[in-house]
Amino acid sequence: MSRILQSAGERRAETHPLTWRLHDDQSPVLLEEYLDTQGYAAVTKALEQHTYESLTEEVKSANLRGRGGAGFSAGFKWSLTMKGEGVPRGYIVCNADEMEPGTFKDRLLMEQQPHLLIEGMILAGIANRAKQGYIFLRGEYHLAAAAIQRALADARADGWLGADVRGSGWDFDIALHTGAGRYICGEETALINSLEGKRANPRAKPPFPGQSGAWGLPTVVNNVETLCNVPGIVNHGADWFQALSGDLSSDGGTKLYGVSGKVNNPGLWELPMGTTGNRILELAGGMRDGLTLKSWLPGGGSTGFLLPEHLELALDFDTIGKTGSRMGTGLLTVVADNQSMVSLTRNLEEFFSRESCGWCTPCRDGLPWSVKLLRALEAGEGEAGDIELLEQMARDLGPGKTFCAHAPGAAMPLASAIHYFRDEFERGITRPKGEAHADPIPVGSV
Amino acid sequence: MATIHVDGNDYEVEDSDNLLHACLSLGLDIPYFCWHPAMGSVGACRQCAVKQYKDADDDRGMLVMSCMAPVKDDAYISIADEEAKAFRETVIEFLMVNHPHDCPVCEEGGHCHLQDMTVMTGHDRRRYRFRKRTHRNQNLGPFIAHEMNRCITCYRCTRFYQDYAGGEDLGAFGAHDNVYFGRVTDGTLESEFSGNLTEVCPTGVFTDQTHSDHYTRKWDLQFAPSVCHQCASGCNISPGERYGDIRRIENRYNGDVNGYFLCDRGRFGYGYVNRKDRPTRPECREIDGEARTMEVDEALDLAADRLRGARRIIGIGSPRASLESNHRLRQLVGAANFSTGIEAGELARIRRMEALNREAGLATPSLCEIEQCDAILVLGEDLIQSAARVALSVRQAVRGKGAELGAERGIPEWNAEAVKTIAQDAGHPLFLATPDVTKLDGIAAHAERLAPDDIARLGFAVAHALDSTAPAVDGLDAAMSRLVERIADALLAAKKPLVIAGESLGSMAILEAAGNIARALGRRQRSDAGLTLVRREANSVGLGLLGGESLDWALERLETGDADGVVILENDLYTRLPAPRVDSALGWAAAIVVVDHQRTPTWERANIGLPAGTFAESDGTLVSLEGRAQRFYQVFDPSYMRPDTRIRESWRWLHALHATLERQPVETILLDDLTQAVAEDAPALAPLHQNTPEAMFRIHGLKLAREPHRYSGRTAMRADLDVNEPRAPMDLDTPFAFSMEGYAGYREPRREVAFAWAPGWNSPQAWNKFQDEVGGHLRAGDPGKRLFTAAAAGGDYYTEIPAAFKPREGEWQVIDLPQLFGGDDMSRRAEPIRERMTPPQVALNQTDAAELGIGAGDAVSIAVDGTRFRLPARLSAGLPPGVVGLPAGSIQEVTGGLTPAAVRWGAVAKADHDSQAPAGEARP
Repeated sequence: MSRILQSAGERRAETHPLTWRLHDDQSPVLLEEYLDTQGYAAVTKALEQHTYESLTEEVKSANLRGRGGAGFSAGFKWSLTMKGEGVPRGYIVCNADEMEPGTFKDRLLMEQQPHLLIEGMILAGIANRAKQGYIFLRGEYHLAAAAIQRALADARADGWLGADVRGSGWDFDIALHTGAGRYICGEETALINSLEGKRANPRAKPPFPGQSGAWGLPTVVNNVETLCNVPGIVNHGADWFQALSGDLSSDGGTKLYGVSGKVNNPGLWELPMGTTGNRILELAGGMRDGLTLKSWLPGGGSTGFLLPEHLELALDFDTIGKTGSRMGTGLLTVVADNQSMVSLTRNLEEFFSRESCGWCTPCRDGLPWSVKLLRALEAGEGEAGDIELLEQMARDLGPGKTFCAHAPGAAMPLASAIHYFRDEFERGITRPKGEAHADPIPVGSV
Repeated sequence: MATIHVDGNDYEVEDSDNLLHACLSLGLDIPYFCWHPAMGSVGACRQCAVKQYKDADDDRGMLVMSCMAPVKDDAYISIADEEAKAFRETVIEFLMVNHPHDCPVCEEGGHCHLQDMTVMTGHDRRRYRFRKRTHRNQNLGPFIAHEMNRCITCYRCTRFYQDYAGGEDLGAFGAHDNVYFGRVTDGTLESEFSGNLTEVCPTGVFTDQTHSDHYTRKWDLQFAPSVCHQCASGCNISPGERYGDIRRIENRYNGDVNGYFLCDRGRFGYGYVNRKDRPTRPECREIDGEARTMEVDEALDLAADRLRGARRIIGIGSPRASLESNHRLRQLVGAANFSTGIEAGELARIRRMEALNREAGLATPSLCEIEQCDAILVLGEDLIQSAARVALSVRQAVRGKGAELGAERGIPEWNAEAVKTIAQDAGHPLFLATPDVTKLDGIAAHAERLAPDDIARLGFAVAHALDSTAPAVDGLDAAMSRLVERIADALLAAKKPLVIAGESLGSMAILEAAGNIARALGRRQRSDAGLTLVRREANSVGLGLLGGESLDWALERLETGDADGVVILENDLYTRLPAPRVDSALGWAAAIVVVDHQRTPTWERANIGLPAGTFAESDGTLVSLEGRAQRFYQVFDPSYMRPDTRIRESWRWLHALHATLERQPVETILLDDLTQAVAEDAPALAPLHQNTPEAMFRIHGLKLAREPHRYSGRTAMRADLDVNEPRAPMDLDTPFAFSMEGYAGYREPRREVAFAWAPGWNSPQAWNKFQDEVGGHLRAGDPGKRLFTAAAAGGDYYTEIPAAFKPREGEWQVIDLPQLFGGDDMSRRAEPIRERMTPPQVALNQTDAAELGIGAGDAVSIAVDGTRFRLPARLSAGLPPGVVGLPAGSIQEVTGGLTPAAVRWGAVAKADHDSQAPAGEARP
């Protein structure tokens, strides 16, 4: 179970829109309590006061940036969705396939407050004129599945979902789909293919899902945390949302930040967008067992390694982007000085290699090769040239060269680990160039 | 049009293309794998990367995949850019990580797209030093060999098999570097188009199993441009020969006809050419005597002597033989004595189809044009079985809706996966009216199961719905009336509606119904509508155009004593009329001369049998179902490797026999003269003289080479016969030489291409170099001459509408169901086709079967046309009650002479348990 480390007393409706209702005992917020605490007020308001255009405009002006890691403006995405006269109503898909290494934020929201997500999806449904919502949930999140199922049933029974939502004449329902366990399903178009029952290969863009998404209909895919921010924006307005981050960031709102690794208090905090790494590490109680921080990943396995000196930066999309890394999901993975960067990188690349869908060549055949090279370095069996080869691979797996962002995400920790910690990799080189070319498989071996 | 700037040069290109398509069409080389001209772009392999710049001043640019990048006016790109080149080389290196580098033992070697692209990118050093991933291979049946370790995961196979051809039993499994292309379990691939995997696959994963059994590298094969003889579609093929045997058949690109794809009957049905039991020397059979082989001169003298003794000689031609051979026979016996060798009913229908093609007011589309149609009605034809390549085109027509939907949202047609997504299950409307289920049902807007007469009635009713002056059909029920309206509305709403009917059910009424629809569409000013009429055999159309009497007429001449000499050309009469009748008629003949390349029951009746060449050993002209006259060229001279053989082209035999008969010296004749004579004698065939390059066609003074210039072993291959290498056989009849000497290039325009090869392009992808744009037409024009031109709308409606079908008590209408595998007498002689055939079964409606107490697989006794036989039952969910279906073609092996007939009724019963005869055996 995912845990928020701020107590109920610290979390307030005005400053902690995502988590203020959460219980200290981590039990889920049920429909009755949710309704008692302004729940679904945003849906009522939207149905009464908004057109789909004005609702989209509100979210757009709030500058709500995608919390799945890419930071794309949710409102702008909605404004690109094909909708209106003659366009068939499509789908809102919640990307709840939270499988980014070191990331456990969406889980908290879904396990403990599924109605917030449902409310956000209904609002997204109104703004995009969707007829149906799907929650594509990571299969292993069985607690979240149970909480969502109950919440969907309760919301439906209370008229928030189904035909004629709350007497508005507008139909919208949500179905839960649990994934079969592929990281690539977090890529929105692979997710759509998987949802349709096809192989989870990403699709070429354009056309974007807003043009031709699930079953060829206009489709919007948003992350859980992104959607959970929408009710607050609708209730309190874009300016309020912008003000949540104060002077810390030009991006509005709060962010669920978290830390994993060898710290004293790993967990989650809802903090203003743009909070620094130092502040978050401080909340996590610093490094444990007298260890020293060597490096850190700002937001999951597909972000680039940073150094302790980067902790003073505001953790928002643009600031971290300037370092060559990405904020990603905003959940920090800390690396202590006694951990091997080579092994850590190998571990990450093994994950990305295994999770490649197999569609495009560099990702499918490049990543497994990088793993083998890293294993060789790890075992002290590297040969001269291996590091340069890994660097070349990191470039050849970069943006634009592969079909989707999976391989560029895998290349980021690889490139940054070599960049900052080259000496650790060099220690694995024990053979001159070409020596290891001797066939490692004995003749006659099968 | 748009201007693009490629490495400093400016080119005009189509702005609807992608950059890869545009560049390849300009003749610029960019390596690629997952893109295919017929299947569009998916961006998977990342091989076709080029550098694209924002404008003339941008000197950094960024890599784009040219297959996924639309052409934009004033775009600046570079193929030669160092970063792009390095990346393309890296992609090959990645692809090679798990590739076994087994080219020396790989059957793709020498015509391998992966080899070509590897050389093109310059990747020649392996840096990968770890273990390779390996796969287990599958047994995929008699046609396709499987070696998954060679796979480079381009996804072309599944995209062709599933998306293009509609197959369901081959897919992609697994993920990351462990993607597997195969079936769920071992087993024969179900698709009728599986052979195209061997050409679609850029490496040696899917190879031709029939070729494997007598493997030869492409560069060691001798080729000629040929035309498939296994149905009437007229697909262009490129057969390859070595040591006197056909080793494989590969697709020969024709942008109007078959494009890149063949059906499996055409590709794998060549085994009859190589049969060891073929007659190779003239045979003489005295009354009740054993056959005696002899030399050519003796055979001609004997045959002439025999024929001279006859009061009147008639000639029986054949719709599986060339126009030239048939015409030569007609000249031998005289036009008044010439029979087409086609049963009277079928001949009448062939003539009716020809008349409709000319006079119904609609054009006859090519296979390529069928793909552009946007509403199709099929009356009576199970196209997958009766003209498979036509069915594949129909499938593309239905899929064309995706491109239309894509265009509405700005998605270009080449963006294949996006078009597929937007299309979902949408398709242009296809209406099928057939007696039994078909494999096109899944993409049909509606598939109606009807008895032949009811199919005709449906057609007549549609014509009436289109034009109220067409005769109406009484007594249709409400559901049928709604269907009629729906079909008529769809045909009227379409830009290019198409009506397809044909010979399969032997029903004149169905043809006339199709004719009425055509006329009605014509009167509704739908001049861009099409009418496709499927004939049974490769030259059925040609024989109709050439003219001649029916086979029934010929037998009658013998039966009545009107004639007592007969020359039979490449025709097994026993497959056309009941055996007792053929036996009796031939029994009256004093002289029977048979010219054929197979030992058929008719051959066994010959006094003199003259061994003919198959398509592979002959030249000639066929006319396909679209009225396209196409020449096929001799692939090899059979006597070069087998000096004892006396196989000759049929027309050459007939010419020699004619001269001998007239006691004249046998003078040299040339194919062109024969073709010319055909054109002069038959007005409908007059355009033929423009059809082909004449024998004197030369490029730079050179003949055209049948062999690649790397052809090896010529000086040694006959060494076991004679240490002196004989002169290569001369070919006076065509521009081709039996040699690697001659022109084999692509730069000089020519329509007839024996094999596709260009420097750096050894695989079938070399066709790019011969096309006006990739996937378009051959630069010199696609081969063939179209003989049908549609007249303006007009003509009277047919008015004889059959009564509704009524099941009879205790009797069943017995219909022939066409079979792709086994339906054709020649390819049925090829072992791989036999393996792929379903053993003959009788198809019964489930309700009928239940009433008769027959379960699936039970032995059923059938009595029809005086023949009684047993077959296992196949229960059909489709066949209407009161109708049973027999497999056309292969049924003859079981019944010993049940021949096609239009309408017949028979008795059907559960076979007697006490009977000792096993199912599938004829009983007297």
